[in-house]
Amino acid sequence: MTEERHTVRLHVNGHVYDAAVPARRLLSDALRHDLGLTGTHVGCEHGVCGACTVLLDGRPVRSCLILAVSVDGQEVTTVEGLTNEDGSLGPVQQAFLECHGLQCGFCTPGFLTTITAGLRDNPTPTHEEARDMIAGNLCRCTGYQNIVKAVERASVLQRAQRAKDATVVEEGAHRPSRDQVTEAGT
Amino acid sequence: MGQPVQRVEDQRFLRGQGKYVDDIAVGEHALHAAVLRSPHAHARILDIDVSDVLDLDGVHAVWTWDDLADLSAPMAEPLPLLIPHPTLINGRTQYALAKDEVNYMGEAIAFVVADDRYVAEDALARIRVDYELLTPVVGIAASRAAEHLVHEDVPGNVGARLEQENGDARAAIAQAPHTLTLDLDIERSSCQPMEGRGVVARWDADLNRLLAWSSTQTSTGVRAAIAVKLGLDLGQVDVITPDVGGGFGVKINHPWPEELLVPLAARALGRTVKYTEDRREHFIATAHERAQVQHIEVGFDDDGRLLGLNVEFWHDHGAYTPYGLIVPIITSTQLLGPYKPQSYRVVFESIYTNTVMVTPYRGAGRPQGCFAMERTMDAIAQYLGKDRTEVRAVNFIQPDEFPYDHGLIFQDGRELEYDSGDYPASLEKIKALVGWDEFPAYKAEMAAQGRQVGIGLACYVEGTGVGPYEGAHVHIETSGKVKVATGLTTQGQGHATVFAQLVADELGVRFEDVEVVTGDTRRMPYAVGTFASRAAVMSGSAIHLAAKRAKEKVLRIAADALEVDEKDLQIVDGVVSVKGLPEASIDLGTVSVLSNPLRYAFDEASKAATQFSVGDPGKPPVAEGDEPGLEGKDFYSPERATFASGMHAVIVETDPETAEITILKYAVVHDCGNLINPMVVEGQIHGGVAQGVGGALYERMAYDESGQLLNASFMDFLIPYVTEIPDGIAIDHLETPSPLNPLGIKGAGEAGVIPSAAVFASAIEDAEGFTIKAMPISPSELFHLRQSQEHR
Amino acid sequence: MKPAPFAYHRPGSVADAVAALAGDAGAKVLAGGQSLVPLLSMRLAAPSALVDINGIPGLDTIEVDTASSGGGVRIGALARHADVLASEDVRRVQPLVSLALANVAHATIRNRGTTVGSLVHADAAAEMPVVLSLLGGSIDVEGPGGRRTIPADELYVGPLESSVHHDELAVSAFFPALAPGAGVAFEEIARRHGDYALVGVAALVDGDSVRAGFLSVSDVPTVVDLTGVADDDLGDAALEHLEPAGGIHSDIHATAAYRAQLVRVLTRRVVLAARVSRQARQPKGVAR
Repeated sequence: MTEERHTVRLHVNGHVYDAAVPARRLLSDALRHDLGLTGTHVGCEHGVCGACTVLLDGRPVRSCLILAVSVDGQEVTTVEGLTNEDGSLGPVQQAFLECHGLQCGFCTPGFLTTITAGLRDNPTPTHEEARDMIAGNLCRCTGYQNIVKAVERASVLQRAQRAKDATVVEEGAHRPSRDQVTEAGT
Repeated sequence: MGQPVQRVEDQRFLRGQGKYVDDIAVGEHALHAAVLRSPHAHARILDIDVSDVLDLDGVHAVWTWDDLADLSAPMAEPLPLLIPHPTLINGRTQYALAKDEVNYMGEAIAFVVADDRYVAEDALARIRVDYELLTPVVGIAASRAAEHLVHEDVPGNVGARLEQENGDARAAIAQAPHTLTLDLDIERSSCQPMEGRGVVARWDADLNRLLAWSSTQTSTGVRAAIAVKLGLDLGQVDVITPDVGGGFGVKINHPWPEELLVPLAARALGRTVKYTEDRREHFIATAHERAQVQHIEVGFDDDGRLLGLNVEFWHDHGAYTPYGLIVPIITSTQLLGPYKPQSYRVVFESIYTNTVMVTPYRGAGRPQGCFAMERTMDAIAQYLGKDRTEVRAVNFIQPDEFPYDHGLIFQDGRELEYDSGDYPASLEKIKALVGWDEFPAYKAEMAAQGRQVGIGLACYVEGTGVGPYEGAHVHIETSGKVKVATGLTTQGQGHATVFAQLVADELGVRFEDVEVVTGDTRRMPYAVGTFASRAAVMSGSAIHLAAKRAKEKVLRIAADALEVDEKDLQIVDGVVSVKGLPEASIDLGTVSVLSNPLRYAFDEASKAATQFSVGDPGKPPVAEGDEPGLEGKDFYSPERATFASGMHAVIVETDPETAEITILKYAVVHDCGNLINPMVVEGQIHGGVAQGVGGALYERMAYDESGQLLNASFMDFLIPYVTEIPDGIAIDHLETPSPLNPLGIKGAGEAGVIPSAAVFASAIEDAEGFTIKAMPISPSELFHLRQSQEHR
Repeated sequence: MKPAPFAYHRPGSVADAVAALAGDAGAKVLAGGQSLVPLLSMRLAAPSALVDINGIPGLDTIEVDTASSGGGVRIGALARHADVLASEDVRRVQPLVSLALANVAHATIRNRGTTVGSLVHADAAAEMPVVLSLLGGSIDVEGPGGRRTIPADELYVGPLESSVHHDELAVSAFFPALAPGAGVAFEEIARRHGDYALVGVAALVDGDSVRAGFLSVSDVPTVVDLTGVADDDLGDAALEHLEPAGGIHSDIHATAAYRAQLVRVLTRRVVLAARVSRQARQPKGVAR
């Protein structure tokens, strides 16, 4: 007796995916094995480590604690969706690179999605808020010091990017000088 | 070298493009395996009924021990005992699938292969096993009492007894002006990398070859084991270590049953097969470490100088001994730390319990040794009314006493001889960094506010870069790109970046043009593995040497092509040129073309090379003793380990009412010789300290008397979040370069975690005013210790 | 760790959900799933069917100052912890709910977990059941026979056991408003940030009345009346009630004796904090 499959439509990183999955298929497994998006990692399957964290309609959730069928039609953002269209690193990713915020990289996708949402909701966190933002994710390699630094660096990079984008939009033909961008970022 | 270069591997990790073992063959309809594990700690297997299993849709195979001999005769034998030792007279290893009995909760009994992991687990639920329960032996006390045995044929549950001595410690203690006795206890813990174990295998029937990926710390070890157990030639097996989500030691043991069963299934079923352990399995079927009970006798003089140190300890190695006695041997030898006791005796018994087996966990026995010695130092200071740093200083090996031979045999079978270090300088640094001299005033100030604080210190020495060897292969391609391979593996240490830095330096190429591969037996089949903080020293040195060889050939060919003397040449950014004459140049890609006399010009590079002519037309194109191609290969095989060292200090606050323990300041002074990438080293220290905080204050294995592991999940095994780790760690470096390798480097991987139990015990003791003899410690335990003090 | 197979229903209405529950004795409700899914993955629970209510419209409301939430806060079955926690209205009308919610797990779990789900899950180690009990709240359930209200003191009948019938769906929870001049406080002590508490205490002080709720101490959420007890005796008075009532829980993280110590320390701290909060409150607008 083969198991019944349900059709699910997921909007992941701006693309539409249709999959036929059993009801018991965890979202983490559906993303990884049915959709081939292996950037989301599975560390514990009981919701504690946070490696599987993705954004569901923009909010961080543990994909190992969600059934794929339960989020039919909803939007999911995974780590793969944080990279810029042109393949360059987004501000949170770039901050991790600069601050050595990862070692083995296994927990990293969960941090990246969590922080992306965190900085969207609170673009200028205090040091305590930066620590609090990552307080639900486990890392065994880095000891967290550099991850906290990466949150703070990401905030700076994001503001610089926004300032640059805003200036381009506002000033039309005028291009922002390097100086302007640097000032916005400091 | 010496630069905080950003890591190349981050480019894929940050984009979610890392390839960890469970990411392999994702598009491919691989089959998935699951393992039935014993729910009992000790039982005889009377019967296994798998008759219902194959009826389940999507199940392809189910095996027990009975099936193994037909699949491959060597599979029916126990797994290898990797590191034998003459004193390990009662070593035991498990079978890939349990034969007649199970000796720990979690032991593998049956193996199922199905369309996916969900179905495979459904299949496990259909297997019925009849057990005859036996009395489990749990804990060191029960094992020593030996009312029941783990293995019927191992008397007293003793696997091995090993004694080493330098001088006559017992006599020295008997004659010493002062003596003390300590009884100490360290509980079991485990590595818990965020990624568990996993293996994928593919059998190619056309080529008659097996390809396997394993989340391991030793590709060559796994390769050899697979070949032997599957009855294949070594040359028929390739093993690749993919990206690995942390190891911390637990992935050095091999072969795990699944590392053999998965390739076996791939060959038998003609399909790619994958096994990924889940977190619960990692707890109950992978490996633990740390548990020891120690009895110390020490004799000392009025200054606290160690006249005699006599240490006996009991090491709980669990149900089996695949990794031999490495952990307790390391405890025995690294216990000495930076000190020179006038005489030293250490004896241990490595004993069986019906629990998960014990193999190295970051530190690999050093934390236990450091605990024993540092608790002793604190006890001596307390007894004599002296400052804890003074008592240590008086016992230090002095900078002018290197090399210092302790008269013992280390874990690599070689003499325990320290090559370099400066312990007095480290002590000055750590005291300044943590504010040691200012602390008493601070403590008094806090006390006036009703707050309880304490300061602790712990020193350690770490033998790193143990042999037998590592090798490297450097290949400069006709494109000018440099491809480097070394056979050991990577679990997050940034090897691809760090090793590329070394090649860039030695060869004179741009860092971006160097690509490093680790852990692929197809690229470098001679290797040992990543453990014991050896990768930078071993592979770093080998890569440096191999790059040197490649450079020698580059210069020889370039000199010939440019018709100049080798000593007039320099290599900068991948271009060889005459010093002071930049137009007389040839790029490395062209040199590479010239190194391989070709009949056919395939591309522009090879066409361009025809403008040069090398070699004497009167002699063979490939000279005798030479080889075509621009490659360098070399191995580094040191005579002994090189000794890194460090000191940690911590200030803690303990809540008088709730006994909660808060870390106020954590300081580290660290000496790992010359640094290749300071950013990477600092990251290792951060991670080690965090793991140490976990191990000292939060993490332990909680077994009940029936051998059930009560906390086999992250809910109850408490790995710290950022909130439990101090905000900022003060770090200072000392660099005493190693005289044993060309770059002067020492290992850094384990340092952060070695003194943790010792330093926290020291600080909590200072805060509370009573002795701490057992670690880890939780607020609940501290509360009870306080109660028992009051009842004195 | 993967769940065993189960049938899956995705009803579009409360009536359909009730019908699905009634039709299968082994069916369980799936809302936030943050407690249920790990149990399924570990195969500690193997329901024959899941009734996924996430698609039912109108269940995610958070209401204060309405007819149905008169005198308090009414939280719909699909309101996520995060949304309840973010609600300024809730904070104003019944701050104890907000104080307790901030201690529930981690932010990411709160994004998906539901407050009503947590209440029905009936875990004595959780924050919200004891808050409901302390405040004298209730839950509304819909069954084949219609709707009924279960007051908190009839809701928790055993460890992880509520009196909601198998064929009933909890549709909302009601927390009475904080009376003017009353004060509340909450504190828990856990091993790690975000863990289950070793001990947690919620206190409600109103006039002379002092009541405290305890989580993680006994098998069921327990409320103790501490009216008239001197400050220094608060802890012992609580223990006198807790020790015989359900016994004090002991596990690998904390012995019963240590938990008792935490009860002593926290009861005093939280009651005093509740008194202070009473003074700090300044009712705005019309007094209720």
